[in-house]
Amino acid sequence: MTTLPKTTTKKLGLVIDLDICVGCQACATSCKEWNTGGYSAPLSDHDPYGADPSGAWLNRIHSFEFPGDAATPGLADGKTVHFPRSCLHCEEPACVTVCPTGASYKREEDGIVLVNPDTCIGCKLCSWACPYGAREYDYDHGVMKKCTLCVDRIYNEHIPEEDRIPACVRACPTGARAFGDLGDPDSDVSRNVAEREGFDLLAEMGYKPTNKYLPPRKRVDPTPEPLPEAVPLAKHGSRMDALFAWVDKTLS
Amino acid sequence: MTGPQIDTSAPVSDEIRKTTCYMCACRCGIDVHLKDNKVRYIEGNRDHPVNKGVICGKGASGIMQHYSPARLKAPMKRVGPRGSGQFEEISWDEALEMATDWMGEVRKRDPKRLAFFTGRDQSQSLTGFWAIKYGTPNFAAHGGFCSVNMAAGGLYTFGGAFWEFGDPDWDKTKYFMLFGVAEDHASNPIKIGIGKLKKRGAKVVSVNPVRTGYNAVADEWIGIRPGTDGLFVGALIHELFRTQQIDLDYLQRYTNSGWLVIDAPGTGDDGLFARGEDGDQLVWCQSSQSFQSRKNPDAQAAFTGARTLPDGRSARPVFELMAERYMSDEYSPETVAQETGLSAEDMRRIAAELAHVAFQEEIVIEQPWVDWAGRKQDKMIGRPVSMHAMRGISAHSNGFQTCRMIHLLQILLGSIDCPGGFRYKPPYPKQTPPNLLPHGRLADVAPETPLAGPQLGFPHGPEHLLLDENGDPSRIDKGFSWDAPMSAHGMMHMVLNNAAKQDPYKIDVLFMYMANMAWNSSMNVPGTLDALTAKDDDGNYVIPKIIYSDAYYSETVPFADLILPDTTYLERWDCISLLDRPISEPELVADSIRHPVVEPDRDVRGFQTVLIDLGARLGLPGFVKEDGSPAYPGGYPDYMVNHERKPGVGPLAGWRGKDGTDSGVGAVNPAQLDRYIENGAFFGQHLAPEHAYFKHANRGYIDWAISKGIRASAEPTIFQLYCEPVQKFRLAAQGFGDIQPPDRARDRIKRYFDPLPFWYPPFEGEMVDLEAYPLNAITQRPMHMYHSWGSQNAWLRQITAANRLYVHTSVAEGIGAKDDDWVWLTSHQGRVKCQIQVMEGVNPHTVWTWNAIGKRRGAWGLSDDAPESNKGFLLNHLISELLPAGGGGYRYSNSDPITGQAAWFDLRVGITKAAVGDTVEPFFEPLGNASQEPSPEKLAYGAAFKEPAE
Repeated sequence: MTTLPKTTTKKLGLVIDLDICVGCQACATSCKEWNTGGYSAPLSDHDPYGADPSGAWLNRIHSFEFPGDAATPGLADGKTVHFPRSCLHCEEPACVTVCPTGASYKREEDGIVLVNPDTCIGCKLCSWACPYGAREYDYDHGVMKKCTLCVDRIYNEHIPEEDRIPACVRACPTGARAFGDLGDPDSDVSRNVAEREGFDLLAEMGYKPTNKYLPPRKRVDPTPEPLPEAVPLAKHGSRMDALFAWVDKTLS
Repeated sequence: MTGPQIDTSAPVSDEIRKTTCYMCACRCGIDVHLKDNKVRYIEGNRDHPVNKGVICGKGASGIMQHYSPARLKAPMKRVGPRGSGQFEEISWDEALEMATDWMGEVRKRDPKRLAFFTGRDQSQSLTGFWAIKYGTPNFAAHGGFCSVNMAAGGLYTFGGAFWEFGDPDWDKTKYFMLFGVAEDHASNPIKIGIGKLKKRGAKVVSVNPVRTGYNAVADEWIGIRPGTDGLFVGALIHELFRTQQIDLDYLQRYTNSGWLVIDAPGTGDDGLFARGEDGDQLVWCQSSQSFQSRKNPDAQAAFTGARTLPDGRSARPVFELMAERYMSDEYSPETVAQETGLSAEDMRRIAAELAHVAFQEEIVIEQPWVDWAGRKQDKMIGRPVSMHAMRGISAHSNGFQTCRMIHLLQILLGSIDCPGGFRYKPPYPKQTPPNLLPHGRLADVAPETPLAGPQLGFPHGPEHLLLDENGDPSRIDKGFSWDAPMSAHGMMHMVLNNAAKQDPYKIDVLFMYMANMAWNSSMNVPGTLDALTAKDDDGNYVIPKIIYSDAYYSETVPFADLILPDTTYLERWDCISLLDRPISEPELVADSIRHPVVEPDRDVRGFQTVLIDLGARLGLPGFVKEDGSPAYPGGYPDYMVNHERKPGVGPLAGWRGKDGTDSGVGAVNPAQLDRYIENGAFFGQHLAPEHAYFKHANRGYIDWAISKGIRASAEPTIFQLYCEPVQKFRLAAQGFGDIQPPDRARDRIKRYFDPLPFWYPPFEGEMVDLEAYPLNAITQRPMHMYHSWGSQNAWLRQITAANRLYVHTSVAEGIGAKDDDWVWLTSHQGRVKCQIQVMEGVNPHTVWTWNAIGKRRGAWGLSDDAPESNKGFLLNHLISELLPAGGGGYRYSNSDPITGQAAWFDLRVGITKAAVGDTVEPFFEPLGNASQEPSPEKLAYGAAFKEPAE
């Protein structure tokens, strides 16, 4: 079985803001598009025009609806949440330790969890071990695929520096995704996680995911109180007269 | 280091070509990475004004659209019956000769018998110009079933519109209301904007029967009952009047609040503006105690009080009429609570929030500017409340008036084109009412004769209707007739039905582009298919010739007689022009192009180039030189550079002039397209800071816009809270004037043509048995498919290949059904069998589904067992293109009575549990598709990019 590095120099990962993800699928299709021609190429599609189109995707979006719950703040009327799901690049990834060939590994320099397609035998143990369902077996290619954090973009000197970020982050129209070093408490992503009380997915399972999710913000209400009935400016009986008196006074 | 050495810095592509996306109508800039002459990757162009680098779910799936197996390969002529899909490939020469023969003969004989209608194309300044020169009145694009209510409602009111013609001030607004928007115009700008608002802590309120997408992330979701938004907005207006939270100074400066309306019931001037001898509308000036022209900048118009005009008649200011209407109990929150399904307290609170933000949190920008009258202003005051509205307002039979009502709300708050409010995008604002009139009265249609002007426009009264000598419609769609007098975008949804009935006359050639009228773009699909295949007593098709251009094998292709195959968006020239629907931002005048970034590998041609070729072959003025040779032998790019609509003004505004240093107006520049391509396929010119706001009344902006050829009038745009053109139609219905409606139309016009916006119930609910059809039914498009023609996209269909009917928990319980159970959904038009999914986040009186997921077997390169045709369904089958017969037996189109907008959100349905099924119903026979090659069983796109270079 495969061993993990004792520590990693960086903990590169994603921070996903559930408050502003509108579920548009831009991150999913950008991911598919980049990676089907990149390190993981191809991300095969089976029966693409038929009864059961399926393929390897490294990032999928799920929409959940929470029923109304008066006891939970912000959930009285229920809520629909869009939830992007990809590899969380755990600090203690069971998918790596379970790998019989060493094909799955965690990089010491940045913490990225990768699969070496040359040594992957397609046994799928890793996908059974991952509680997040983040691994995708490519049936046509015969190897396991997963999020690489776009390892072929983030260090790529052929790409302008500002674009050396994962394709999903580059694409996201609402700005709901951020990329950075979550091992550095002073990084923008770490500070945002601290400020917004970002959380780990299934923290209780102990895999220490690097990626964080930011919960929906609290609802903003500009004024707590409705406006009172306007006070008549003159001894007019009707609302209309009061309005007209106000208008005339204001305009004169 | 752990793990193997990997190459983290491999070259991405051989070349990046920048063009404009066309996966929807949003027109984002894209960087297309090419490797080995294949598309490696498409990402957003960071410099582009529309998307600023981001890309959406559709845009990032462009590779699969471009390489789709459903692409058409070559021109074809039909050899089997319509619908059989039996075609024979022919050469372009043969195809163009055939089209020229058909259309040329009609033009010599009776040009109105050509109907030319286009779908979601973005070249209406070209297609419209072509249609004018051809000389048929029967031209329009798809706006009649898309969003004409929003365009007309806005343009008549404030010279702009929601749609693409303006945007919330995303950087400054503090309170944002979104009405009836799933993913409508536009895609990425709204997403970018909502992201900004949420991060800044601005409040987002969504008004929508369905809580998905943008509505799911709103701070407050108002799950309103469909078609009742006008009541809700009316209640907000009621509250603003009641609590005296109105920007009177703004109304005085920019609106017709003080204009006097003649109060003379029973006379032909009743409800018109009082005018002086010079024709100017009059106000009563409080300071001088005299009648003054509303154009007099020193006049202090009174907003209240009846005045006796010099001729003895009485007149009252618009403001007073508004106050009477909206202060009445008819619009009190308590009154409207039941119909809308909202609580009175919530409505009062939201009104208070709007007023609080507008007036207590105003924004002041220390930016001097000069108003229309030359008066210097030392700052710009903003009311940081903004709104956006689209389909959910538009697609109802009360959409025009509801849209106007929303604009009224914005204007009462002083929040149009101010800092933090809703901002125009140049070339908007235009004049109110719009100064473009429709052309094509039958009396003006003659063989081989161009029309004097565009078919589509904005009538100011009955004198601008397009009628024949009997008062009947001039147009095949009955646009600009008494059925829909202000149908500014035409009524494409009525063309096939009317043509099959030869009502009002016969059509000989139907010419369509990029509009899936045999399927998801028509109401009543079975009836539409009957219309396309109807035969006369001699066994000939009633619509004898159908020419269709599209890039893909859609459901409509098999019903055409001649197919002109279009390119994909990466293979084509296009021009997103200031003459049509530009890509401007509020502080940037901008237009853009598409240019071929890959060459077609099939025998296809861009439709616009083909249209220009046909124009030359037909000898249309403007498309041939004096010697009869083609005016634009280089096709669309030639036209884009060399065509001039008036001297110095052409399709593209950038890099004009001999040396390319002019913008807006300037001589033709032969190198113009090179400059566009170098700049990322777009042109943008920033507005000066003093021109950035109050563009409707900003002297500096107005003069600058005139100099750039994007504005016609030096007069300010005055907001028409009271819309006089509407009243002119009403007066005609009351019997005044020479141009009179048929008697059957009088009551309808009297009722709905109200110059002040009001709410009335959507028609279908008024005309059908509500015990049988108690529920509203509406559709949305998923964000990853909105405006994206064809869910045959191999990636996107993995996300959504079939749709369910979404129903509220209480509805499911009512029929004893749970997730995946089958139901019959029934309307007065027909019934559909489909599966349900239960949810909480939907108005309890409303069911909905994803639109246009359902496909017909045989189309789009999908296999016969694809979920799209077995589990996917359309609500279109339930929607009638005609209303039930009302009093008198006449069946009006199922449309807004003012604009003719198709009212497909008015649908009422009943639901019952059905037996378990295998496939949805109704069933449609598979379309023949023998001309298409089989689709692949596997894709491994990108594998080749990994091969080591030779």
